[in-house]
Amino acid sequence: MTDDNRRNEQLARIARNNMGEAAADVPSEPIGLADPKISARGVNVFYGAKQAIKDVSIDVGMDNVVAFIGPSGCGKSTFLRTLNRMNDTIPIARVEGDIRLDGEDIYSPKMDVVQLRARVGMVFQKPNPFPKSIYDNVAYGPRIHGLASGKAELDEIVERSLQRAGLWNEVSDRLSDSGTALSGGQQQRLCIARAIAVDPEVILMDEPCSALDPIATAKIEELIHALRGQYAIVIVTHNMQQAARVSQRTAFFHLGTLVEYGKTSEIFTNPREEKTKDYITGRYG
Amino acid sequence: MAGAGLLFLVLGLGLIAWITGRARAAAFVKADRTNLNSLPSYHGWYMALFAVVPPLLFLAVWGAIVPALQTDMVLSAPAAQALPMDGFARASILSEARAIASGAQDTAFQPMAEQFVPLYRAAIAHYNWIAVAATVLLLFAGGTYAFTRLKPDFRARTKVERVVMGALLTASLIAIVTTIGIVASLIFETVRFFQMVNPIEFLFGATWNPQSTVTPGGDNGFGAIPLFWGTVFIGAIIAMIVAIPLGLMSAVYLTQYARPAVRKWMKPILEILAGVPTVVYGYFAALTIAPALRDFAAAVGIPGASSESALAAGVVMGVMIIPFVSSMADDSIAAVPNSMRDGSLAMGSTKSETIKKVLIPAALPGVVGGVLLAVSRAIGETMIVVMAAGLTANMTANPFASVTTVTVQIVQLLTGDQEFDSPKTLAAFALGLVLFIVTLLLNLVALRVVKRYREAYE
Ligand SMILES: Nc1ncnc2c1ncn2[C@@H]1O[C@H](COP(=O)(O)OP(=O)(O)O)[C@@H](O)[C@H]1O
Ligand SMILES: [Mg+2]
Repeated sequence: MTDDNRRNEQLARIARNNMGEAAADVPSEPIGLADPKISARGVNVFYGAKQAIKDVSIDVGMDNVVAFIGPSGCGKSTFLRTLNRMNDTIPIARVEGDIRLDGEDIYSPKMDVVQLRARVGMVFQKPNPFPKSIYDNVAYGPRIHGLASGKAELDEIVERSLQRAGLWNEVSDRLSDSGTALSGGQQQRLCIARAIAVDPEVILMDEPCSALDPIATAKIEELIHALRGQYAIVIVTHNMQQAARVSQRTAFFHLGTLVEYGKTSEIFTNPREEKTKDYITGRYG
Repeated sequence: MAGAGLLFLVLGLGLIAWITGRARAAAFVKADRTNLNSLPSYHGWYMALFAVVPPLLFLAVWGAIVPALQTDMVLSAPAAQALPMDGFARASILSEARAIASGAQDTAFQPMAEQFVPLYRAAIAHYNWIAVAATVLLLFAGGTYAFTRLKPDFRARTKVERVVMGALLTASLIAIVTTIGIVASLIFETVRFFQMVNPIEFLFGATWNPQSTVTPGGDNGFGAIPLFWGTVFIGAIIAMIVAIPLGLMSAVYLTQYARPAVRKWMKPILEILAGVPTVVYGYFAALTIAPALRDFAAAVGIPGASSESALAAGVVMGVMIIPFVSSMADDSIAAVPNSMRDGSLAMGSTKSETIKKVLIPAALPGVVGGVLLAVSRAIGETMIVVMAAGLTANMTANPFASVTTVTVQIVQLLTGDQEFDSPKTLAAFALGLVLFIVTLLLNLVALRVVKRYREAYE
């Protein structure tokens, strides 16, 4: 009970925060969703003594794509990495606050990080296929998690994942080629296929297109559209058109705080916050 | 002694040239109030180099030809008619006379040498005068020439720079020329060896029992296969069985698990292993490990156990090679981009799964390169095997038995009382050449592999 009270109190504070005084009359998009997949409350992240994320609360639903936007260095990647505990791999990083996946506290000692990361997959800024064959790249996750009981099943998982990632037609006849020999865009789709192969519930993407050309970018964006609804997707992007194109909800970060979070259409047409407006209209950042 | 005196003379006059050049440059400044192109000391160096280098070159050449000139002079004296005709006797008398004349020897063993001492004294004195005169002349000529060229706008600095570059180039050429010379002499002696012993017998023969006199076409006990086997068995098999896992695991620990504080003191300690003189390892292998292994083998009833064993030498050599393998593996693992590690961790694999399935496979080419370099070091290693591996050529896979290696046999062949052109001595060169070629190839392959690997992650 006390736990719930605390969460609601924080929620109210964030909502007040987010609305701002001037915008109090605008109907606000609630931070809290009825049935969130991921729900973060009062998250602080420190690198040593330096605070990179300040009191961020946000809900991510299953049925839409959430975009994190904001100027470089504002903490988008840092916050994204709290959601699958990749910050654990940085010795000086420290995370405070409450983050739940399906209501389960992911920072509780009972949480198995390995299992968590299988449920919350991640795609990185720079495509990072392993120096193995295309097949082995996709089969990597299923193998370590023992998802396939035999060769036939593994083949099936690999094919299905590559198909979902929109790469199957391009690589089906050369699965034993090295994954690093593909083009940048194909490598990134391979990484998405690799993440999908373990059947995650959430996929986190950290600027997945920033190293790609426009055509490869368009393919990834198509892919995100196709995956929407099957996975909860969070995408960090510095490209506002991309955020507008692929997401249904947008969160604007600035200097480690979550300035505004709402429907993408509203953020881009009618932002409540002055800062958001400045950023979207390109006055800075 | 005359040589040393002359050298000091040249250097002393060189110093004077330096001071003169520098003073001259300083005088320009005072007289004309002009700015010099180069600092006064560069003018000094320019002049000193011109004064000193030609006489030094002259002395180097002179030192090589003057003994012949002196002997010619002695032989042209009438007393030389009395010398025996036999070349060897003649040379030994003359060399004794020269030794006494130059003060290196006190009394003559051959009475006849006494006669030639005064002649040699005269010849030495004669040529010494010539040397001194020529040196001083060259020195002053060079110094004067340089002195006349000094002007306020003279670019002494760039000239000196060119000399410095020339000196550095010469230094590096010396290393290269020496290497070429060594290889050439190896090849030359090996060819002489193969004129006596059939290369087929040497490279493919299975009995190693070198004889001092050879019968062409017959079996002369120069079959080196047992030596090659012993070398591979100790250096490439036993030593690597020890060094690869230990080196790799310590590299993984140091790069992936150790806290920075631990890494800071553990890495240098590991590297100290590489600095221990190999003779110390040799002691350790021969006096501690070998007897322990023999006792162990005897206790469990392994036949053929010897107090000098392949295992003792190989294990200790493996320990010696650990830092080598570990530092190469360390570099290779560190060169794998962090994004690989993160990619694997983000898939939900544990740290050790990530190391086993991603980091080590990705680092493998670099590790393989390091292992090849380690093998090439191990098979060329001499001290440990001389002390611990034994002398009997033995085609056995029993690690407790005594085997011998290429390097051990080279030492063995060269330390006996042998004529230089006996087949036994020449065989050492042939073995050396084989060893050289193999290690060279291993190094080339290893460096290529490592380079290719570095490029992959650039
Ligand atoms: N590994 C790290 N160690 C220390 N500081 C970091 C680290 N990663 C990020 N930071 C700092 O945290 C802040 C937020 O960084 P980041 O989350 O990468 O921003 P964004 O992804 O929005 O560009 C920056 O000031 C950055 O310098
Ligand atoms: Mg970022």
